[in-house]
Amino acid sequence: MADTAVETKKVAQPVQEKEPLFGRKERELIVDPLNDNNPITVQVLGICSALAVTSLVVPSVVMAIAVVFVCTFSSLITSLLRNYIPKSVRLIAQLVIIATLVTVVELTLRAINFPIYRQLAVYIGLIITNCIVMGRLEAFAMANKPWRSTVDGFGNGLGYGAILIIVAVIREFFGKGSLVGFPIIGQSNDQVSYLINTDPETGISFLSWYANNNLMVLPAAAMFVIGVLIWVQRSYNRKLVDIS
Amino acid sequence: METTKYIVIFIAIMTGLVAVALTGLRQSTKTIAEKNEEVFNKRAILGSVSTFLDKPVAEFSDEEVLALFSNDIEQYVLDMGGEVIEEGESVADQINMAKEAQKPEEDRSLPLYVFNSDDEKLYILSVRGRGLWDAIWGTVALREDLVTVAGASFDHAGETPGLGAEIKDNPAFSAQFSGKRIFSTMNGEYTAVLVRKGGARNPEYEVDGISGATVTADGVTEMIKRGIKYYEPYLEQFRNADALGMR
Repeated sequence: MADTAVETKKVAQPVQEKEPLFGRKERELIVDPLNDNNPITVQVLGICSALAVTSLVVPSVVMAIAVVFVCTFSSLITSLLRNYIPKSVRLIAQLVIIATLVTVVELTLRAINFPIYRQLAVYIGLIITNCIVMGRLEAFAMANKPWRSTVDGFGNGLGYGAILIIVAVIREFFGKGSLVGFPIIGQSNDQVSYLINTDPETGISFLSWYANNNLMVLPAAAMFVIGVLIWVQRSYNRKLVDIS
Repeated sequence: METTKYIVIFIAIMTGLVAVALTGLRQSTKTIAEKNEEVFNKRAILGSVSTFLDKPVAEFSDEEVLALFSNDIEQYVLDMGGEVIEEGESVADQINMAKEAQKPEEDRSLPLYVFNSDDEKLYILSVRGRGLWDAIWGTVALREDLVTVAGASFDHAGETPGLGAEIKDNPAFSAQFSGKRIFSTMNGEYTAVLVRKGGARNPEYEVDGISGATVTADGVTEMIKRGIKYYEPYLEQFRNADALGMR
């Protein structure tokens, strides 16, 4: 893997002549945050929202989409403006861009899906303070061309969203015995003693030998799950361990 | 290095543009957002009488929800003495429970929805209280005898998803309220509905709590007990003494 880092530098140098729209560099900008440079498990950014929204899958997916949107377009806009933004107020300018996009998400969601809006309104607002978004603007978009910044923002949003959804799947499955709201294992609220339980309303059968683990529903469980994810990732990705 | 003038102009133009863009977006989505909110609130109200509807609330289209409200539901506003101070279309919709909760108790106005279902009249009462983190609220529907609960639905501002938020997310929780009595058959005493940690003991007026959400559940108990009591001066005029029925 060390070779690739060197190679990209080689490729990155002579880009002046012809730059492919989706070259190796772009691919790397998307793949890197998914594994080697994941915002949550490697950079440990954006933990607060990862703890708060991941107890159920559906809100996590909406949150992931919102962050991908905000991250992508704030990178694009910041990169377009990067030569005009006065250095002394660049953080304020970045915040204005992020806050604007977050408000766009909020207003759009309110018009499209009100129940989800009601559920997520608080967390959507918190995207403004999500370190991932501002971190990418400051570290990448302020110094790179619009297209690459957009790809970088998209990749980081994706890396964040992927972890969010993985954590949510684990927490909802073990915490509530369901996935995306459909019961799979575990008791429904009425105490059932048989092995197969049928939901009276939907008629769907599911196993009911598992007692829901309430700890998984609490925010603290997200900390454990993320911790385990970091461990698993480091145990097969040696490159991460060598950094320190 | 940028001059101060440039910085000020840059920020001014930027915030100006952003303000215009966001105001435009807000204005253009305003009507649809308001309609969404209205339908959302009305669905929540219908949730408390769901067993008296021909199909689950989720299967009603937005238009059907609004039609049901204008055709079959009468709206009243009561004062704390049980007098009707307003009646007519959407008078109860205008009452903001959050604002009412800030007034002194004796000055509050109470919204009342009366649903004329195919079989009987249902009285839908609005209640509001506190959960663990923030406000909780809901509607409790009483059947025509004004003693038996027809159903209930709850919502919250910020309870923990999977725990306190189950009062809204888990239909099994609110479904338990249907058929409970708010007066004991033992001595006719006002009991409201009690959310009992560890499982209901007296099936007449108790429902199972949610494990891990004791504070929210206690909040629901308190909210219902106090909330229904507010309507009592109005309700007792129509209640047949036999309904309290000590067996």
